[in-house]
Amino acid sequence: MKYLKFILTLVLTLTIFYGLNTKLGSAPPIGKFLDPVNGFWQNDTNEVIDGTISIKGLSAPVTIHYDEQLIPHIFAQNETDLYKAQGYITAKHRLWQMEFQTHASAGRLSEILGDVALDYDRQERRRGMGFGADNAIEKIKEHPTTLKYVEAYSEGVNSYIATLDNKTIPLEYKLLDYKPEAWTIKKTSLLLMYMTKMLSSREHDLEYTNALRKFGKERFDLLYPDFFPDNDPIIPKETDWSFIDTKITPTPQSELPLDSIAETITKPHPDNGSNNWAVSGAKSTTGNPILANDPHLGLNLPSIWFVMQLSTPNHKVMGATLPGALGIISGFNNHISWGETNATRDVTDWYKIEFKNESRTQYKYDGQWKNTSYRVEEIKVKGAQTINDTVIYTHHGPVTYDHNFKGDNEKSGYAMKWIGHIGANTQKTFLDLNTGKNYDDYVNAIKHFSAPAQNFVFASTEGDIALWIQGLLPNKWKGQGKFLMDGSNPEHDWQSYIPQKFNAHTKNPERGFVSSANQHPVDESYPFYVFNDGYGTYRNRVINDFFRSKDKFSVEDFKALHNNNYNLKASELLPHIFKTMDVSSLTSEEQELYNQIKSWDFDSDINAVAPSIWLAWWSELYSLTWDEYDVKDVALDKPFEYQTIHMLKHNPNDDFMDILETPERETSKDLFLISFKEASKTILKFKADHGNYLYKDYKATFVGHLLKALPAFSRFNIPIGGDRNTVNAADKNHGPSWRMIVEMSTPPKALGIYPGGQSGNPGSTYYDNMIDDWAVGKYYELLFMQNETTTDKIMSTQTLTPSK
Amino acid sequence: MRKSNLINFIVTILLVAILSQFLPWWSVMVAGFVSSLFFSLKKVAVFFVPFLAILIFWSMYAFIITNANDFTLAKKIAILFPLGGNPYVLILITGIIGGVAAGIAAMLGKQCSLLVKR
Repeated sequence: MKYLKFILTLVLTLTIFYGLNTKLGSAPPIGKFLDPVNGFWQNDTNEVIDGTISIKGLSAPVTIHYDEQLIPHIFAQNETDLYKAQGYITAKHRLWQMEFQTHASAGRLSEILGDVALDYDRQERRRGMGFGADNAIEKIKEHPTTLKYVEAYSEGVNSYIATLDNKTIPLEYKLLDYKPEAWTIKKTSLLLMYMTKMLSSREHDLEYTNALRKFGKERFDLLYPDFFPDNDPIIPKETDWSFIDTKITPTPQSELPLDSIAETITKPHPDNGSNNWAVSGAKSTTGNPILANDPHLGLNLPSIWFVMQLSTPNHKVMGATLPGALGIISGFNNHISWGETNATRDVTDWYKIEFKNESRTQYKYDGQWKNTSYRVEEIKVKGAQTINDTVIYTHHGPVTYDHNFKGDNEKSGYAMKWIGHIGANTQKTFLDLNTGKNYDDYVNAIKHFSAPAQNFVFASTEGDIALWIQGLLPNKWKGQGKFLMDGSNPEHDWQSYIPQKFNAHTKNPERGFVSSANQHPVDESYPFYVFNDGYGTYRNRVINDFFRSKDKFSVEDFKALHNNNYNLKASELLPHIFKTMDVSSLTSEEQELYNQIKSWDFDSDINAVAPSIWLAWWSELYSLTWDEYDVKDVALDKPFEYQTIHMLKHNPNDDFMDILETPERETSKDLFLISFKEASKTILKFKADHGNYLYKDYKATFVGHLLKALPAFSRFNIPIGGDRNTVNAADKNHGPSWRMIVEMSTPPKALGIYPGGQSGNPGSTYYDNMIDDWAVGKYYELLFMQNETTTDKIMSTQTLTPSK
Repeated sequence: MRKSNLINFIVTILLVAILSQFLPWWSVMVAGFVSSLFFSLKKVAVFFVPFLAILIFWSMYAFIITNANDFTLAKKIAILFPLGGNPYVLILITGIIGGVAAGIAAMLGKQCSLLVKR
């Protein structure tokens, strides 16, 4: 009997131990997690930002002052110490995020999340993310100074990791039950690849090939024009390009493969984009140039940005950093300021590959058989067996699609040619911008920058303003890369690159301002082929019209423009609808909604109801217009919104206006009515559920935690106006991820804010403390410390000292 | 309270206070086991005395930490689990989880002590 009792209690004890010590499903290991001595409770605290910490390999003490926003101001004696300290301090506040993003980049999420992430991981491996990161490292190694700094940064991160124990590791590690690994230069490279993917891997080649086959060339050109009529490009239209003596690549006489593809890999968020602008001293109320930048990205917690000041005796620079990368990415020093928007150039193309046989060791090229190579991608999966995925490589790049992945033919596949695979030392651009003193330094710094192509805005205390569209850009023949190309035809390869000095740019233009909002970089007069891969068409015109509207602009004007919710898109369609739509069949409830939107002033304000109706209506109308695209087993991308509105207005009787499902033949004004009635249902349902349909409630902007927006660590129902097409591009979970305004006085005066907080710890009050101020359009004066001994507005000071 | 119960209670708390400084969460199980091995109790007290000791220890510990930080993270974890965002429920559950683990380990300790005695 007593043995039985013993065995029973033993089994019970072991069961309880196992049950509380093991991660079961999505729940953390309960005992481990709830333990107040080591578990999550230990993260319920603000960060320690005082005292002295000794760090291996520092050459001199480094002082870190924290201001009231928890922004660290790092003062180091030399650049190696500076980047080591940047690594340490960034890890201190953002370690989990840094590692998670690089795991995401490398296709290693299955390692921590299990097989739910397997498809994602395979896709990233097949995109060649690791391949690109490896190539970038080779380039970084060619620049010993950059390499030294990147290594110093890694050592800094690792010094921080070395201070951690079970108690102090960031919360998410406890939640998912794993441990941080050492930081490496590969991880910095992967982080830069993550950004490159986010900003330069948008393309529609396979979808467009399907559309070309389905609709024919004439219809295709109507749906996807190279230029829109209202083009207000980044580089002013009157720019003289006669200095360019390189010719566009001549178009070869050859056939394109018209294959059919059912499913393609995930593309980056179509709204990834940004605004930037600068006015010259002559156009500024104070006589100093003023510059602004607001990158529009996914709204996440921890935020993609981390604000810092970095200083050595030779330079002081401040602005937004990317956790994982060195230096300031969007910011200013005592001489210059800069910021980026995405150039949205087509730098991803696809090639059809024909293999000699099933062994896939050779593929057809230039009438011969060329050898392939391969990378075995080892994908570790939490709680399951490791998966090996062999990816074949051609001279174009990885054969992403083959019979093992979204394809079915053992003897063919589609290879990706992507600028992200071509190694480059993009890190150097930012390091050089950080220490830049004038226009020439800026131009020299950005020369190294190959991908993702960016519109670099610039202003200096010397009084220059400029904007370069910088990236390594293939000199394509007209139409090259719009569709799937023939991988065996050498004429379909990228023949050369546009010489860097011929990249479109403008310095001190007559109009007194420069700006970009992801629109078309140039007009038709630029001699190289620039494919319209989804250029912005609304924000740019609002911005440029604003700067054309008066002579002088102030920082207050800049703030107002950042927060401008004027809905140009709605204003270009609704008046046409109000003229043509037959309203006789509207019910009284519908009529009320109709009256509300009819009296709208096109301001997408949080407390208005009309923008809610517009949002619902446009979404219905857009999908109804393109019902022809709702086909199974063929990947298609619908035309852009600008062209949709253009056709609704100018081609009201086009075949596309017909709804295939119905026996009647619809025209655009029928679509207006049908979609309005559908939208009314949506709005009335929302009203019934929520009591109102004010725009702030209907749009319900949220900032989501990186782990699938876990509600506990996310912020919901943030009252912010605008939509994806307004200058204040705040969409549901996407928008201005950092807002900066810099006046180039001596020293510069800057404002900044972002929808998050400096801390990556959900237990810190600095985790999301800026969100409410961001939503109402407030800014913080950035404390640009000119020397390290002042203590004004400093909350606390920490010292890093060399350890013996 | 009987004297033996009180002794076991105090010993459990003392043990866990020391052990938890260098052992992971299962220090509560070790504490429950050891105190029961040497300060044997009877019937339901075998489970409930260490249960209560750890419940109080973990709950108090958790409360002191999170109270100092305005319950910032506790409120969020109480949404994650989900407990309606109530940090006090989370504190209580934390105590109960620790208590159950300790109580069951104590039951094993009691059985071991019986095996050794005869």
